[in-house]
Amino acid sequence: MPHKVIVDCSTGETTEVELTAEEIADQEAAIVTAEAERVEREAKEAADATAKSALLKKLGITQAEARLLLS
Amino acid sequence: MATYTLISSNVLSSSAASVTFSSIPATYTDLVVRISARSDNASDRTTTKFWFNGNSGTTSYSQTILQGNGASAISSRNSSVGYGLNGFQDGATATASTFGNGEIYIPNYTTTSNRPTAGFSVQENNSSTAYINATANLDQIAAAITSITIDANGSNWITGSSFYLYGISNA
Repeated sequence: MPHKVIVDCSTGETTEVELTAEEIADQEAAIVTAEAERVEREAKEAADATAKSALLKKLGITQAEARLLLS
Repeated sequence: MATYTLISSNVLSSSAASVTFSSIPATYTDLVVRISARSDNASDRTTTKFWFNGNSGTTSYSQTILQGNGASAISSRNSSVGYGLNGFQDGATATASTFGNGEIYIPNYTTTSNRPTAGFSVQENNSSTAYINATANLDQIAAAITSITIDANGSNWITGSSFYLYGISNA
């Protein structure tokens, strides 16, 4: 059973509490959302990299030369 | 001169979805959370979220994010979300036995008005790609902070992940 940890700063006591059904549902929903965000993020990164590479090729300069221009 | 005092800490002896520091004393000026963690998320990284006083699932938080991974850098923004953002810690496919690290800095945590919070994190990965994040968070919780939850965003922090809460005096 998944659980969470609570550290009581006033006593120093640490307790492990099982997640409620609602918290487990939230956790499962978060996994789905996180995966969707990851796919979207990686697609954007790949698209950006492709676009960057195409632009450098069009300009006829290397990535190092582009960095130098922008520095 | 700022004085750091360790308020409490936890090194996980078994996996956990989140770690909460509760009953935080109101006797310091600022708070700092230090994190060294790895999750069981089926990726090389996992998003590290946090919230105050159990206040998640609301629209009380917003953040500006600056992120780089060695190949690209992006800036983005989230508004009206239910969490603060620290960045990325290691996920299950990151280099074995490595842990990401992060810091959450909370100035003036006893204020009862809007509160800025800084997040910083580095994902450790023996690869050409590893992520670094800096986040500028703002919460609109009209109460002093008495608890902080560090959440693995649906996955679980694995054994050995560590969390330290410091109070700063005269910052």
